[in-house]
Amino acid sequence: MTLLRIKNLSLSIHGAPILKHVDLSIDHGQIVAVTGESGSGKSMTALAVMQLLPNGAEVDGSIQLDGAGLLTRSEAQMCALRGASIGMVFQEPMTALNPVKTVGDQVMETILIHKAMPPAQARTRAQEVLARVGLPADRFPLSRYPHELSGGQRQRVVIAMAIALRPKLLIADEPTTALDVTTQAQILDLLEGLVREYDMGLLMITHDLAVVADMADQIIVMRHGEVVENGATNDLLHNMQHPYTRMLFEASDHQVTLPEPPEPLPLLEVNQVVREYRLPRTGMFVRPRHHRAVEGVSFTLNRGERLGLVGESGCGKSTLTRAILGLEEVQSGQIRLDGQPVFTGHKPNLAVRRKMQVVFQDPFGSFNPRHRVARLITEPFHLLDTPPTGSDRQDRIAEMLKAVGLSPDDAGKYIHEFSGGQRQRIAIARALIIRPELILFDEAVSALDVSVRAQILDLLAELCEAYDLTYLFISHDLSVVRTVTDRVLVMQSGRIVEQGATDQVFTTPNHPYTQTLIAAAPRLPEFGKIPA
Amino acid sequence: MLRYALKRLISLLISLAVASVVIFAVIEVAPGDPASFMLGVNAQEDTLAALRAELGLDGSKMQRYLNWVGGMLVGDFGTSYTYRTPVSQMIADRLWVSLPLALYALTLSTVIAFPAGIYAAARRGKPGDLVVMGSTQLGIAVPNFWFAMMLVLIFAINLRWFNAGGFVGWSNGMWAGLHSLTLPAIALALPQAAILARVMRSALLDILGEDFMRTARAKGLSRRQALWRHGVRNALIPVLTIIGLQFSFLLAGSIIIEQVFYLPGLGRLVFQAISARDLIVVESVVMLLVFAVITVNFLVDLAYAAVDPRLRSRT
Amino acid sequence: MSRNLFLGAFLSSLVVLAALISFVWTPYDYAALSIPEKLQPPNAQHWFGTDHFGRDMFSMIMVGARTSIAVALVAVGIGMALGVPLGLTAAARKGSWLDEVIMRGNDLVFAFPSLVIAILITAVFGAGAINAIIAIGIFNIPVFARITRGAALSLWEREFILAARVSGKGAARISAEHILPNVANLLIVQGTIQFSLGILAEAGLSYVGLGAQPPTPSWGRMLADAQTMVSFAPHLALIPGVAIIVTVLGLNLLGDGLRDWLDPRIRVARA
Repeated sequence: MTLLRIKNLSLSIHGAPILKHVDLSIDHGQIVAVTGESGSGKSMTALAVMQLLPNGAEVDGSIQLDGAGLLTRSEAQMCALRGASIGMVFQEPMTALNPVKTVGDQVMETILIHKAMPPAQARTRAQEVLARVGLPADRFPLSRYPHELSGGQRQRVVIAMAIALRPKLLIADEPTTALDVTTQAQILDLLEGLVREYDMGLLMITHDLAVVADMADQIIVMRHGEVVENGATNDLLHNMQHPYTRMLFEASDHQVTLPEPPEPLPLLEVNQVVREYRLPRTGMFVRPRHHRAVEGVSFTLNRGERLGLVGESGCGKSTLTRAILGLEEVQSGQIRLDGQPVFTGHKPNLAVRRKMQVVFQDPFGSFNPRHRVARLITEPFHLLDTPPTGSDRQDRIAEMLKAVGLSPDDAGKYIHEFSGGQRQRIAIARALIIRPELILFDEAVSALDVSVRAQILDLLAELCEAYDLTYLFISHDLSVVRTVTDRVLVMQSGRIVEQGATDQVFTTPNHPYTQTLIAAAPRLPEFGKIPA
Repeated sequence: MLRYALKRLISLLISLAVASVVIFAVIEVAPGDPASFMLGVNAQEDTLAALRAELGLDGSKMQRYLNWVGGMLVGDFGTSYTYRTPVSQMIADRLWVSLPLALYALTLSTVIAFPAGIYAAARRGKPGDLVVMGSTQLGIAVPNFWFAMMLVLIFAINLRWFNAGGFVGWSNGMWAGLHSLTLPAIALALPQAAILARVMRSALLDILGEDFMRTARAKGLSRRQALWRHGVRNALIPVLTIIGLQFSFLLAGSIIIEQVFYLPGLGRLVFQAISARDLIVVESVVMLLVFAVITVNFLVDLAYAAVDPRLRSRT
Repeated sequence: MSRNLFLGAFLSSLVVLAALISFVWTPYDYAALSIPEKLQPPNAQHWFGTDHFGRDMFSMIMVGARTSIAVALVAVGIGMALGVPLGLTAAARKGSWLDEVIMRGNDLVFAFPSLVIAILITAVFGAGAINAIIAIGIFNIPVFARITRGAALSLWEREFILAARVSGKGAARISAEHILPNVANLLIVQGTIQFSLGILAEAGLSYVGLGAQPPTPSWGRMLADAQTMVSFAPHLALIPGVAIIVTVLGLNLLGDGLRDWLDPRIRVARA
């Protein structure tokens, strides 16, 4: 018998249609992945099953769990079901736990709220469940608070809460999106193991096709609130019917061709750089300890070269980026651009600064919401001794906007009138407008949907052709770094553990950490591209 | 936890030291010599000098500051210029009115505000919420001393449930004392309760939007259970800040309310002292009020740590 | 435009209008004594009645609005003029000794409620409207410093500030160009709230005799005068009280309405 059956589900919020005639079903022990870009309605589908929809939601159709309809149940009946028969895991482990309660209390709460067993027994069960998800009581006592755990560990606690009563159905909404690749691989393993062990159904919501390609039994592709394709994983990957599915697959592993780099000639030289932060004092008379975020990093970036910098969160890549930009002073070592230091006498060197620009990750936080595009992208003119004025200035603005694929008319608009992808184009225009020698891309495509990301990567390749860019591309996303860089640095705990030509590092990694990183990164199966 | 408390304690002591310097300096610039003010214009030079010595007015500024602070540490606040009695005794008598009044009002305010704020948050946008929010909007706008006058008009003059003013003293029993402080306490508490209820409501509404509230609902908690088990304790963090601030408003506010009810508290003492230019009394009362405010803020800091485990483990 | 904003703007402008008109016209001379007409309840000649000296209450309320608004407005001005630059500086130099000094100084001022400051000032310099302004104004400084610093700190973390730094702009320029415009809304809202608190504080100070001195009419002193007569002439206490409530309520509604109206998050959601 089918565990979960969604039939003809439509949903609107305050009259705006979100889901249109969605059908899907899950059996016991089956993993079904729902995938799609933002706005596809995949998360709303999950929330509809939980009946935890936002105010103003109107649902039509049917959702059946073990043959019994959910939409007709009262709120009290749903409460009895949630946590007991259906468990849910959310995206953001850092905020999904109550900061003022111990993890033991929070796991026990699932058991106690359903009065499944007396408190003493619930405590034992909580310990067992936490041990099952990889947090054994001897190292992670129940009395820990969430802030004492890492992101991956917190996600394990969230999973423990969801499975404490062995629900029949587990819903996981982007459970690994906020985690590093190595942690992601562990959490995915854990989820898969739990499904097999408990014979649960798993409804997995994700934007990342690669994550589910080798895990899901069935894949459902959604767009604009509709299911565009639905099939067993193997069939679907071999024989994609809908052009959107094909586009999504292509974009997920998008390849670009970069022009050949010129003869090596050093532009940026980083030599034995150390950056420390003072930690809070641990005692009144104890000298404060230091955390070395960057520890003796050296590398050279040649003119015309596209260099990648990969590493997981906390490895020191952001700190290094800020040091190169001259936003923070380093404790020792030198950073030179074109032979000149980025810092002279505790002050950023303005002569060097005008040769560098940066594109940040967040397309929404990168712009002052009160300024128009013309003013936003000309901000770097501040670095020039004689910034262009009048029609000169207008021409530069128009040229740049055209170069990044926007219209010169966009100069008069405010930033909220643009989509995420368009904003990243504007960010690139701002970085390019003073023709810097070096551009830093700091996770510049990480916040974008795959199809938009593919377009931005294409734009990058075009700009390399047109403007002979030299850049440092900082990212946690290996597949992106692989296609847009010539050479790559791998960073771990403040050190560069491996560097070399991108292809070589990816095909024959030398350092064990690089090997782990590459092995953990989810990959789309090659057969997706072979015509069936 | 201990280190956190110690750190707050040190910052408390520094604040007190700086505050005492500021108060001393302000009083110091006051024109006129208290001794000649007390003895009149025709006083002999040697009587003046003797009085100055008696009041501790001779010696350098530094010496007098140290005498003042050193005295306060052992409970000696000096001698009143006008009454020639120990200031500490005058303050102690009045404190037995002002402090219970402030605490009474703080209790009332909290007892009224918490349920009102939680109720409004739980019924966001519904008629119950609108009624509570409307009344708090009005409550904030009402000056407490005017509200006190209206209370007197209704409950003392017309209904005769309470006395219009004065304090019976604690010697007649605690209930009689509390009874005569009830109208003043209500007058002080209601406007503060309105503020506190609004803070409670908005803090709770912020918390309701947090991810962990959704997690709680996914575990099978009803809306109400999630609100009580996960919302209220987190909302206490901003609410505690306001309670701390309110204590200082209540203490200062009680100075005004004492005028309405003719209560023999610190407020009346201060106003009498100002009109008699009895500056040492003003100085000591102000220092005492500041001490109370700083100490309460210290206690609020400790309460934070009790509520929020993140603070306990940090430094 | 929300209901709050509309009602708040209406009530506030009513009071401001009364204060402005009082400069050129009042029904009677607010200071003219007329003992035979004393203690009249509201009637056709004297809309708000007369006080124990037979003065016209309506005229006194109009002129009293002037005092209240002037004191509260100047106090907000002092708070903003000093508090906002302090907050911006503290945020720009986050974690430095300067930030520490500014914030500790703020904490210290918070330990002196405005009434206590007023008591100190009065004890030394005597009572008066100017001293009331200073007392309320000093207390406003940390309020604005703190709110500016808090908002500015979160802005400093934003990437558009990093982008401006990469473009070589210094802390002062970034504060003026990027931070201030983005905290302006918050300051307007807080300004309205402090304005209403100032009205309340001025009334309280005048009531205990630390505010405006006779013959300047003020709502707080009218209430003090009314206190002994409240049992037989309640209108003497009711009318100034209602005037204060209407003003403060109006300003608070205006502040709430402005906050909803100016909040970009809510506006985006609405668009």
